[in-house]
Amino acid sequence: MSSASTAIKAKQRPGDRVFSGSAVFAGSMILLTLAAVAIFLIVQSLPALFATSEDASILPTNFWAYVGPLVFGTIWAAALALIMALPVSIGIALFISHYAPRRLASLLGYIVDLLAAVPSVVFGLWGIGVLAPAVQPVYSWLVDNLGWFPLFAGPVSGTGRTILTAGIVLAVMVLPIMTAINREVFLQTPVLHEEAALALGATRWEMIRTAVLPFGRSGIVSASVLGLGRALGETMAVAMVLSATGAVTFELLTSVNPSTIAANIALSFPEAYGMNVNVLIATGLILFVVTFAVNAFARWIVSRRKEFSGAN
Amino acid sequence: MTTTTNPEPATRPAASPIVNTFTAGRLPSYAPWLVLGTAILVAAAVFGVLALAAGSGYDWGGAILVGALLYIPSIWLFSMLVEGRRRAMDRLVTALVTGAFVLAMIPLISLTITVVTFGLARFDAEFFTFSMRNVTGEGGGALHAIVGTLLMTGAAAVISIPIGLMTSIYLVEYGRGRLARGITFLVDVMTGIPSIVAGLFAYAVFSIFLGPGTRTGIAGAVSLAVLMIPVVVRSSEEMLRLVPNELREAAYALGVPKWLTIVKVVLPTSIAGITTGIMLSIARVIGETAPLLIAAGFTASMNYNLFDGRMQSLPVFVYTQYANQGNPPEAYLDRAWAAALTLILIVMALNLIARLVARFFAPKFGR
Repeated sequence: MSSASTAIKAKQRPGDRVFSGSAVFAGSMILLTLAAVAIFLIVQSLPALFATSEDASILPTNFWAYVGPLVFGTIWAAALALIMALPVSIGIALFISHYAPRRLASLLGYIVDLLAAVPSVVFGLWGIGVLAPAVQPVYSWLVDNLGWFPLFAGPVSGTGRTILTAGIVLAVMVLPIMTAINREVFLQTPVLHEEAALALGATRWEMIRTAVLPFGRSGIVSASVLGLGRALGETMAVAMVLSATGAVTFELLTSVNPSTIAANIALSFPEAYGMNVNVLIATGLILFVVTFAVNAFARWIVSRRKEFSGAN
Repeated sequence: MTTTTNPEPATRPAASPIVNTFTAGRLPSYAPWLVLGTAILVAAAVFGVLALAAGSGYDWGGAILVGALLYIPSIWLFSMLVEGRRRAMDRLVTALVTGAFVLAMIPLISLTITVVTFGLARFDAEFFTFSMRNVTGEGGGALHAIVGTLLMTGAAAVISIPIGLMTSIYLVEYGRGRLARGITFLVDVMTGIPSIVAGLFAYAVFSIFLGPGTRTGIAGAVSLAVLMIPVVVRSSEEMLRLVPNELREAAYALGVPKWLTIVKVVLPTSIAGITTGIMLSIARVIGETAPLLIAAGFTASMNYNLFDGRMQSLPVFVYTQYANQGNPPEAYLDRAWAAALTLILIVMALNLIARLVARFFAPKFGR
């Protein structure tokens, strides 16, 4: 910004020192906070890592046997959400950036962003009250007619509150951020490339396939990874919608479902006592590590492309 | 018209006289709507027959959904027959892309309708003037939750606005080298901290210093602040970078110290954008449930003291009313929906005011 101040040493007034000092202090607070999050979580979870069922009543045998199914459920639910949300978010982003009338585009983008403003607990209520009853007939049809397919094996859940429903709710919740990033990259496609494709006689889809999508590929990847990070950490909607039993299964439509780390903490924490609290905090630490890795990976992809200014 | 002496039709079948050579081989512009209408009508007819056969009610949503799904292959087929493979593909993708947008609207519309219809049942004066103390069954309200939400969100804002704003000033005006790069990276990563981890962090801090099982309003505020700081930093940083360098250089040229330049020139220029960003960040954390459930707990009584005792908040109120249903369950569910409606109204109002601030108080350049 002010490259002159580095070349010529400006006079340091007391106000300058106080102001720059407090700015540096505030910046360091961020580092401190993140370090504190890590340290406090580690301190609280260390005793739980080596606990057995004698120390903490919620452990079946030891800590790793408890956390294993939860990690599986977390990744499985997030993956389901991502599989559903990715094509839809690319579609919406293309619709807003290249198909919708130019004048409507920003309004439509704002409407999609409204989805992000809905609190997750409201998504949870909606998932139980509206979505689960609405998809239950579809589930029982799938089990009756496509039950031979391993993912759709029966018996069907009577309430519809399965891992697939939780995945749908998660997909709706990660849509806005993924759409926002995809839209931003698609809009950055050089207009000359698009016009060149159209001038060669390409239809609109051929123009998008040859000019827009190759240009936006890394943006799409980072949008998916950020969406994955969101889906991994989402708590209340899953805690409310999913009726979990803690099993490890890929079956989507039965009433036997794996739980997720975040949902399990939210459901068990208010009643937890003693060592159980440490066990739950330790599962939270694992969630923190996983999402930290996923987000750092996403940011690394974004930063490889300098011209892309970043998410949000 | 058809009897012109055009040599072209000689090579074509006589049954398709060419009216306009520019639109030949193209579907007319009304074709997609025609196909869509027909598809929905066909689906509606099939659903009508099924409804008569089963003797059940008519499923409007299903009919429109199946009709819209039917449209996608049929427009492809018609386009394939008339326009050829490439245009058919183009029309197929247009239908799919538009469908993706409509698909995303379904949950939004359904959610709005549901929350408004269910929420209005208990959206009355009692809801906003009573707490849940000694209330079982019907009656009661969410005043304690509204007060708790305002107190905790306010405290979180008091913690995170100075830190976030000063950090963004550091990054834009002072930050050079490794520390600035590290902070930028960590702020990005912090944006992705799961909200429940922030709650666990606040719980862990306060239970180490104040004994295990401590749940207070200030712990909830700290967990919200952890979620809020990165959002404030991101948005303020973006706004500060928009301030033209010429303004700073003009101030320096007049001999104004750097800190006064920031306070008197840079901040006033970008204050509208910064306010918008802060309000949007408040709107984001005000709906957080999981960290408050962990760090602040829940209660049925009023609590005005952030530093003593558990504190209820609106999102947690929604959750506890749903999760601990008593008798009759409808009373609890109605309260949950009414609180959800209140919460959504608050978030929408914050969003709206933020956009209005951005529009009306934006700096005016280039007179």
